[in-house]
Order: sequence, then structure tokens, then C-alpha cells
Amino acid sequence: MFNIERWTEIFQSIQKNKLRTALSGMTVSLGILIFIILFGLGEGLKNSYSDLFLNNANNVIYIYPGKTTKPYGGFKTNRRIELKNADIDALKQEFSSSIEYVNPSLFVSEPISYGLESFTFEISAVSPSNQLIEKHVLMKGRYINEKDIKEKNKVVTIGRLVARDIFKGDDPIGKFINLGSRSFKIVGVFQDTSGDTEENKLIIPYTTRQQILKGTDVVGTVGITFDQSWSGSQAVKLSDNIKSFLKKRKSVDPTDPSGIRIRNVADEIDRSLQFANALQIIVTFVGIGTLIAGIIGISNIMVFIVKERTKELGIRKALGAEPNEIIKMILTESIFITAISGFLGMVIGIIILNSLDSSALQEYFITRAGVDLNIAFSATIILIIFGVIAGYIPAKRAAQIKPIVALRDE
Amino acid sequence: MIEIKNLHKSYEMGSSSLHVLKGIDFSVADGELVAIMGSSGSGKSTLLNILGMLDNSDQGTYDLDKIRIANMDEKKAANYRNKFLGFVFQSFNLINYKNALENVALPLYYQGISRKERQVIALNYLGKVGLKDWSSHLPSELSGGQKQRVAIARALASNPKVLLADEPTGALDSKTSMEVMALIQKINNEGKTILVVTHEQDIAEMCKRIVLLKDGVIVEDKKVKQNIIKNV
Repeated sequence: MFNIERWTEIFQSIQKNKLRTALSGMTVSLGILIFIILFGLGEGLKNSYSDLFLNNANNVIYIYPGKTTKPYGGFKTNRRIELKNADIDALKQEFSSSIEYVNPSLFVSEPISYGLESFTFEISAVSPSNQLIEKHVLMKGRYINEKDIKEKNKVVTIGRLVARDIFKGDDPIGKFINLGSRSFKIVGVFQDTSGDTEENKLIIPYTTRQQILKGTDVVGTVGITFDQSWSGSQAVKLSDNIKSFLKKRKSVDPTDPSGIRIRNVADEIDRSLQFANALQIIVTFVGIGTLIAGIIGISNIMVFIVKERTKELGIRKALGAEPNEIIKMILTESIFITAISGFLGMVIGIIILNSLDSSALQEYFITRAGVDLNIAFSATIILIIFGVIAGYIPAKRAAQIKPIVALRDE
Repeated sequence: MIEIKNLHKSYEMGSSSLHVLKGIDFSVADGELVAIMGSSGSGKSTLLNILGMLDNSDQGTYDLDKIRIANMDEKKAANYRNKFLGFVFQSFNLINYKNALENVALPLYYQGISRKERQVIALNYLGKVGLKDWSSHLPSELSGGQKQRVAIARALASNPKVLLADEPTGALDSKTSMEVMALIQKINNEGKTILVVTHEQDIAEMCKRIVLLKDGVIVEDKKVKQNIIKNV
């Protein structure tokens, strides 16, 4: 394939026909450059989207008991469904292989006071697994634990902002705080990266709360976690199973939309992912479209080049060039030009993408605009291959026309 | 050197066909300088193209140096053209982005001769046509006569058996025409077989034999006293 004489011929042809070379080179460069930039910006759009919606990803199912809207199993409609500790245990047993943590919680509304001052914060009566589900990070002391649950201890772990507002820099650990008429011992302080809401909470054991409510065994919302690696459809299946299990257990009409409601974070993520995929498809289409435009550009320029060279090719044939030699010459030249300018366009495109002001782009909802090197290379190679095909067809035709016809061409 | 028997050629023109050559019998011996004459449409250029393997015949035989030229594929025809034939065209047909030397060297490239050797041979032939000092000039920097001399040097470079010239003086004024014909005579005197297609009587008279074509047949074929050009 490598033939120094042919390359010398080709280099001369490239060198002496600068306009032609520049024109075809620019078509290729521009094609790949636009592809890289559009694709890169599209990726940026996708990144922004995933950052916004998918990083809150959580493998949690929430169960909300409510009022029935249909009569069932001898019960009247509008019955309030209450989940009890026994239901939680049954749930744990039934789904022991698929669920990780169960976090029953009770909503607490009690005045909070420390010394003579009173405060308003949200209180959550939960199990220790709340720490994992809400991703609370301990700063000091400890979180409420299983022992607290078992012994119904009056202990509280408080959010960072609660500690700041009440204790103003003093160490809150070991201090006692009043929740309603009862005194709770502060055992720890946590923070949460997701925002202020969580850090404005006080966490107490749900069993303690149940005891305060005169020994009730009722719980409110229940959070359940499952294997993080599960797919959305697996999670949806689990939540459906839990729903039907609980409806059966609590005698709720299986078709009743209320009574037992389930919110599946994974399902929501799945829907978000679908949107992300739609974005991906759009980005891919834009990319393919640009590539096709580039290919059409190269095809045009190749047809033009061969047309322009018809007479020269006729002369070469009259002087003894074999048809194969003509094809090889045109093809080698076109591969050489497309390869060089294709990679040039690719490099320039990547440089432009990387030098774009990321904070300015952020305004247009574009984050980390960039293109996968593999995609950039593949696109360039596709363009080169099509450049070759686009060059081959007119080259073959030119090689086949009789020299006398080619020579007549003006 | 050339032996043609009962050669026919028609061109398809849409539904009708144009019968250009209607049975040509013709032979050329080694070292001849033959003028092929005729008005336009007589078929003289077609005959030359077939002789030059630039076009195919429909019927008849053509032997070049005892080799039957028939139904050749393009590859073989290209090789034969390269080895046996040199072309000189009315419009020169030089490659415009190659300088004089590179143009002359081009047929040698297709013979697979190395670049260095090509340049030596090409320069030698450029010297033969008196353009040694113009070797690095592009065709656009040369006069018409110079261009045709470069074309002649190129046609000679591969040392062909036959030189075919299609109206070699057609685009030149009378003085340069003389120069070019003098060169052709000189090359012929060195032993090269040359066929010149022309419609100019005075150019034809500078050859050794005149073949007159009319409506696709040879109407006259005579040896003439050559008008030898001196002092140009």
C-alpha cells in the first residue's frame, strides 16, 4: 500500500492545489468540529439534568396510611387505616429477603423549651435507620440507637441548626431539653448536606413517643429501604407487593386508591431517567444529523474535485495510468486530507469545548460540557470512512471513462 | 509498424448512429512521417484515437508492431499506450500544476521509474526540444510553442514506437507552427515513426506521405516530396 512515489505525486497534487485542499479539508474539519461542539453541549445539558434530579436518588419506599374510599370486607368506607407495630413486624418478616431497613415514624407536635426560652422545630419520632435513609451525618455524640428503641429512652439527637439556635456555641451533649412536658437528654448532633430542613429537626425514638401517647402501638408513615443496586422496575414490583400485602392485612379493597398509599422514590427516578434518556436521544440525533451534513459536504466536494480533475485524469490515462492507479491516487489523497483535517477539527472542537466559560454556560443549563474521546474518535473515523466512500464512487467513474472523453472535457 | 484492415467505427447519437469510419485499410512502415488529412468530420481524429488506443473500433483489425490490439481491458491498454505510443494534442494537455520537467517525467512515473532517474531522462528530452532552461516553469508561464514542445518531449520521454500528433499546430501561429514541425521532422529523421493529423495543406507537405480521408474512407494515399524546414 505504501508507495513513496505515489505519495510524492499526492503531496505535489495537494501542495499545488491549495484552494481545493483547503476547501475539502475545511468541510471535514467543520463537520467534525460542529459535531463535537453540539454533542458536547448536549452532554452538558444532560449533566445539568442528572445533577438536578438524579443525585437525590434514594432507594426508599414510603408507606402512608390514610382513609379508605371504598367499603370492603364488611368495613364501611372512610375508615382510617392505622399501621401498628405488629404490622411493621409482619412486613419485616414477609419481605425479609428484599428490604434492608424499616423506619416507622410518628409526627410529633410539641412545644420545645430549654431553660426559659421556647423554640419551634420539627420533631421526628423514628427508628435509628432514619439516619441512613435521610443520610444524616453525625457531628457529635451519637444517633438514637436500637437500645433506645427497646428501652423507650427519652433521648434526642438534634440537627446542627437546632444546636446552634438553642445552645449558641455551647456543647449541647448531655444537656436536657423539654419536649412538651417531658425532659429529653441530648445525645448527639447531626448535619445533613441536603439542606436546612433536615438540620432543623430533632430526632427521638418512635417507641418513646408511643409510650408518651399512653402506650399506643400505632405508627405513622413508614420508610423502607431496599438494595441500592436494584433497578426501577424491581423497586416498583417490591412496592406493589408491599402495597397488596398491607391492603390484604388491613382489609382494604385492592382497587382502593386511598387507604394505603405508597410513594416509590425509585419509580420517580425512573421517570426522571426516561427524560434523561429522551435528552440523550435528542443529543444523539443532533450528532448524527451533523455527521450526515458533514458526509454530504464531503461527498459534494469529492464529486467536485473529481469533476475538476477529469481532464488531468484523462491526460494521465493517455500517458499510461492504469484505472486502478487513478482510483488509488484519488482515494489516497482524499483519505489523507480527510484524516488530517478530521483530526484537526476534532482537536479544535475539544479545545473550544474545554475553553468555554463554564459559569457562563451554567446560565444556559449546561454543566461540564464535554465529549467522550471514544465518541469523538468514532465520529471522526466515520467521517473519514464516508469521505473515502464518497471519494471512491466518483473516482471509479473517472477511472472508467475513456481517456478521449476525459481529454475533451474543458 | 502499423497494420489496419477494414476498420469501422460508428458513434451512437441517440436513436441514429453516425458511421464515421467505413472500412479503412492502412499500413505504416517503420520510420515514416505520415500526414492524415481531411476536412472536419472526415474521421481523421477518430482514426488517430483508435490508433492511439484512446478509443475502440467496432470492426476490423489493428496490429501495432505485430501485436494485435483488440478488446483490451483498460489496464492493458494503459500499459500499451505507455510503452508504445506518445501523444501530442492540439490543446497540449499539460498538467497545469506541474512544471515542464514534471510534465515530461509523468509517463516515466507510470513505468515505475524512480524519481531521480525520471528527472534525468526528462531533462534530457527537454534539452532535445530546446527547453532545458525552462524546466521549472509551469505551463502557464510558457508560450504556446513552448507548451507544445514540452508536450512533444513528454510524448518522447517513454521512448514510444509511434508518435501520434493530433493537430499539433492547430493552436499555434505560423512561425511557431514551423518550429514545432521542424522539431517533428528532426525526431522523424532520428528514426521515430510519426503520424500527424492536420487539415492544413502546408503542414501536410512537411511530411513524407499524405493520406486523405473523406467521409470515413481513404480517398488518396501518396508519397510526397518532403518540404524540409530550415533556418528556424
